[in-house]
Amino acid sequence: MTNTPPNLIPMSMPGGKSSTEFGYHVLSVLVENKAGVLARVAQLFSRRGYNIYSLAVAPTDDERFSRLTVVVDLESVTLEQITKQLHKLINVIKITEIDPRESVQQELLLAIVAADTQSRSQIMELAGIFGAKVIDVGLERLTLALADTPDRLDDFTDLIKVFGIIEVQRTGRVALTKLARPSSRGGMNRGKAS
Amino acid sequence: MRITGAQALVKSLEMQGVDVVFGLPGGAILPVYDPIIDSPIRHILVRHEQGAGHMAEGYAQATNKPGVAIVTSGPAATNIVTALADAYMDSIPIVVITGQVATTSIGTDAFQEADTTGITMSITKHNWLIKDASEIPQVVKEAFHVATTGRPGPVLIDLPKDVSNQMMDWYWPENVDLPGYKPTTKGHPRSIAAAAKLIKEAKKPVFYVGGGVIRAGASAALKTLVEKCNMPVVTTLMGRGAFPDDHPLCLGMPGMHGTYTAITAMQKSDLLITLGARFDDRVTGKVSGFAPEAKIIHVDIDPAELGKVRRADVPIVGDVKLVIEELIEALDKGEAGEMGYSITKEWHNQLKSWQEEFPLRYEEDPKDGSLKPQYVVECLSKLAPEGTILASGVGQHQMWGSQYWHFNDANTWVNSGGLGTMGFAIPAAIGAKVGRPDKMVWAVDGDGCFQMTAQELVTASAERIPVKIALLNNAYLGMVRQWQEMFYEQRYSEVYLSPDLPDYVKWAEAMGCVAFRVETPEDVIPTIEKANQINDRSVVIEFRTDWREKVFPMVPSGATNDEVVLGPMFEGQ
Repeated sequence: MTNTPPNLIPMSMPGGKSSTEFGYHVLSVLVENKAGVLARVAQLFSRRGYNIYSLAVAPTDDERFSRLTVVVDLESVTLEQITKQLHKLINVIKITEIDPRESVQQELLLAIVAADTQSRSQIMELAGIFGAKVIDVGLERLTLALADTPDRLDDFTDLIKVFGIIEVQRTGRVALTKLARPSSRGGMNRGKAS
Repeated sequence: MRITGAQALVKSLEMQGVDVVFGLPGGAILPVYDPIIDSPIRHILVRHEQGAGHMAEGYAQATNKPGVAIVTSGPAATNIVTALADAYMDSIPIVVITGQVATTSIGTDAFQEADTTGITMSITKHNWLIKDASEIPQVVKEAFHVATTGRPGPVLIDLPKDVSNQMMDWYWPENVDLPGYKPTTKGHPRSIAAAAKLIKEAKKPVFYVGGGVIRAGASAALKTLVEKCNMPVVTTLMGRGAFPDDHPLCLGMPGMHGTYTAITAMQKSDLLITLGARFDDRVTGKVSGFAPEAKIIHVDIDPAELGKVRRADVPIVGDVKLVIEELIEALDKGEAGEMGYSITKEWHNQLKSWQEEFPLRYEEDPKDGSLKPQYVVECLSKLAPEGTILASGVGQHQMWGSQYWHFNDANTWVNSGGLGTMGFAIPAAIGAKVGRPDKMVWAVDGDGCFQMTAQELVTASAERIPVKIALLNNAYLGMVRQWQEMFYEQRYSEVYLSPDLPDYVKWAEAMGCVAFRVETPEDVIPTIEKANQINDRSVVIEFRTDWREKVFPMVPSGATNDEVVLGPMFEGQ
């Protein structure tokens, strides 16, 4: 009578078996391209007390559908419950969980950096290393654009901070599952080749 | 055929088989009310839009068909929000049509404009704002499909006035176009087999039966399954009537005010066979202490309910009726088919001794001659013809209704479980009577509830819908009073209502009802008998009940179900 069966752990409590070691999960949600869809998804998250870390929305190649890429924070609830609740929305067609290890992810960063005559070349050099583009130039400022993984954007932001960031904007994350490729050992071991 | 959007809406409702709508007209919905004159659909003119919503719910709960309400924009739409939220919590299929300001005025803060689809997004299964009259038949078809399939629930169609007036070419769609909506109805065979095995292995099983069984029309199938297994059944507040109370295997209602045996059977069981129930907090008490030894089979049409509160050992997504039928077969097949049942005689005996030792009990012959509310409900139940429908408001009277009425048929208990909407009884009873004119409909109501929606008795009189109201008048917001007495050191804050302000008899008479007042136990039976004879008008009996009565048993909020308080009748035991 004293030993607690495993099913007694409420699903809503952390400590379940879902892999939360990354702290967040990326969901790719295919939705019908109808008025109010974004509001429905956003309201569901708010109403059920789920946290959205970031959100990106864009039409797909099929104009009937849009794709939402939602990065969710799993502090209070399991991924399973979030996806099941999302599935209840009539306009949601398909939900794919994108494993951070098994996917390519990109965000876009725009940053206005203080760039006087002395620091300008250093900033441009740094931009070159990261593959950032200079997309606007003022007398004492530069606007940089960088599309890369969230980690690389963090690194880049840390480095340009030294020169003085006037303003920074980041988009929500977009993600796609990594392509399968043959490995030298045969089979389809993903994520090893690079 | 060129017709207006409004005509297309009414025609679509006819195509959908709607025979009655509950509603109240106003500016933005005016175009729709014109073709209603020529339609065979019966329109019932309510006195408040909330009433229209609850009537649609009562209709749906009593008939298992979708209820329909039509109201105008803005304040009418916000008035029906409570009914939508109520139907969403209790999975009641209703279709609400609201007028909206013209598409050209949307977003301009126009007269009687409200963001109805925005407001109701989280309390409907889905809603639609129609932008072009050509969408109307398609949307109506989809709305009824969504409301009545899968996990039933409320839907809303918001119809702007200019769209109602717009001409369109009539068509009736053959199919719905909902690529993201495909409810699973058949249980997974492997899960069914696993469930059958657990059922065979269980020594102390309990069937935990919820409202889903009633919504799915699965009562007959359930009875077959239960009798095949010879296992005890509890029926939740929403599931009352899904399995007959008179059946020897029925233990009654579990939960905060359930029977001792139902609560404790679940608590001590080694297997809960959960059918169309959702581990509501009023059933589980403190979740971490709920049925600690039990394995869980959980059958629900809504995948999100599986594992939401309690992880299931065998989760089964499916229509509970189909799954029960599949289970009945699976018990005789394969590995499970070769096993015998393990349910023990000790378990049956244990349950029986609890039932004998701790039945529902109240003071049946009080020395001071006071009128006990439980006695009133008991008499109502005994004197009611078979198949009588009981509607209820929310509070103490609802719990006494659920405890002391004998429910033997599905769809005979119409109440607000999840949302707990005071004032539900009267409009819901009216809706139920409209849906089942062949049945007697009683409502048990409290004085607090009565004051919230009594105006619908005018609707009942005007539309000749005879319902009977048993008003348990204890002059208090009784359930709140009970909590203040038990958990707030008897500091009574804003719960006193007065026994005679308003004068309920005069009020009921003013609304066209026959009204009686009963103050002593001796008058209870003769007055109910009189009321049961009246079938051409609504009847209100005001029972002046003992205000000191509390609902027992009670599991205090936040406590585990091991801590049932049995009440004063069991003191010294």
